[in-house]
Amino acid sequence: MPSHKAPDRTLGDMLNERGVSRRTFLKYASYTASILALPPSAATAIADGMAAARRQSVIWLSFQECTGCTESITRASSPSIEDLIFDFISLDYHHTLMSASGNVAEEARHQAMKENAGKYIVIVDGSVPVKDGGVYSTIAGMTNLQMLQETVKDAFAVIAVGSCAAFGGIPFANPNPTGAVPISELVTDKPLINISGCPPIPEAMTGTIAYLLSFGSLPELDHLGRPRAFFGETIHDRCYRRPFYDKGMFARSFDDEGARQGWCLFEVGCKGPVTYNACATLKWNAGTSFPIQSGHGCLGCSEPGFWDLGGFYKPLSTASGDATKYVTGAAVAGAALGTATAIMANQRRKKIVKPAPPAKED
Amino acid sequence: MELLEFARGPALQFAITVFVAGLAYRIFSLLLMWRTRDASAGSAREKPVFVAALREIVRRLWPQAAYKNRTMFNLINGYVMHVGLALCVFFLMPHILFLKDLFGLSWPALPNNVIYAVGVITAGSMIAALVMRYANPAQRIISTFDDWFSWLVTFLPLITGLVATSHLGARYETLLALHILSVALLLIWLPFGKLMHFFLVFVTRSQTGAHLSHRGAQL
Repeated sequence: MPSHKAPDRTLGDMLNERGVSRRTFLKYASYTASILALPPSAATAIADGMAAARRQSVIWLSFQECTGCTESITRASSPSIEDLIFDFISLDYHHTLMSASGNVAEEARHQAMKENAGKYIVIVDGSVPVKDGGVYSTIAGMTNLQMLQETVKDAFAVIAVGSCAAFGGIPFANPNPTGAVPISELVTDKPLINISGCPPIPEAMTGTIAYLLSFGSLPELDHLGRPRAFFGETIHDRCYRRPFYDKGMFARSFDDEGARQGWCLFEVGCKGPVTYNACATLKWNAGTSFPIQSGHGCLGCSEPGFWDLGGFYKPLSTASGDATKYVTGAAVAGAALGTATAIMANQRRKKIVKPAPPAKED
Repeated sequence: MELLEFARGPALQFAITVFVAGLAYRIFSLLLMWRTRDASAGSAREKPVFVAALREIVRRLWPQAAYKNRTMFNLINGYVMHVGLALCVFFLMPHILFLKDLFGLSWPALPNNVIYAVGVITAGSMIAALVMRYANPAQRIISTFDDWFSWLVTFLPLITGLVATSHLGARYETLLALHILSVALLLIWLPFGKLMHFFLVFVTRSQTGAHLSHRGAQL
């Protein structure tokens, strides 16, 4: 079995051997710096940091998930997955992408953990079921919970990719039959980065990994543990349809004149105002488009509990549940109480305002 | 997001339930309350009750000449505040969508920026009303908890709405949640305090008009 230990040679040495020029490498570093919202001067720091780095061992654990996150990252335009796998990281364990299977795959994971103890990064996609001893999802005879605990023990940092790993996602949605929990509830003693989204934007994943490799530390995170570079602003604030919102011009259905004119999708349920992600700026498929550009409102997939927030097509300003559920009962009860109050007041009045008894005649 | 989830879900549901129950309670208790029949002979100037009621509603839209100078600011400020609140509540698209979700009715909206400007003017008008009430010793003495609290629960949705639109001080979802929670507070208080004039203003004016007409008051 090949060694998974980080080689003595640096990434710079390896790139030189492959004929990658300094200029090409700086170009890539500049792009990475820009998507991370770092100042231009950081490009040199990224280039130098990466050039001096050893190949990073990465173990990718897939739990209760749909492989959409892997599908997304393999479509990254820059830094591409090829760059990451072959130049910058050593992806030592990944169910979908590795050729090994069965015991050999598990041995690869154990070997990578042993040879890079304290240095490897664990990427998790999918939530972890903990109900009934975690029996609802097992790999190689281990529950997801056991595998996570075992793998994370000697990791340098953990990255939870996708909304399932970051916030529980669809498995966590009501009624959550498997007792699924997000990674943040299980990993509390390691640096943890959440890259949410269903799936996350590829560049958000690869850019964050590039940052870790370049600087050896975590990027600035928001209160939900997400890199501010990608999750610092709402979709709404960066949306090209925002002027229509301000003017009060809305599509009322997906096939009306407003929809054809490209007006704001707030009325058909867009959750852009409360969704923090970079879809409106980085876009998808190498910067081609994003959901709102293709005519559908934002689902809010990068926010916690997005699945249970009252319907994708219900406007944000409406009540999420059935707000009028108890209205009939309330009206009847209020009317009954009001009637009773009036009757009691009238009776009391009758007692007080008794007609004066006829005067006695002497 | 949890706070917004609470605001859009259980908080609104609770507030609407209390609002409807309170409204039914107030209306039924008022309409069924004993009223002594006025057995006196009506004045020669007495108008038919419906006409008298309508006249009083219209008459009170503008002060009488004797009071005009003294009350002009309050009058104009009152109109600015009430019209401003009505525009903000009923002509901002997110609000129309909220009402449409409840009643199934909708109507055209005004541009958000127009509503924002109206909101700022209305907030200024409400602050002026508060200062006037506080600065006038007579008004201050007769003001009760109901007056101050009713002002507060009306002002909170307005100011939180403006702050949320401006993204000031906190993340948008937090500001939106606070806005919705303040609306929930307004709904809960509305039937039980002076804000009930939202429903009763024309009822009470009609009653007064009919009464004064019966007595032959020269209006």
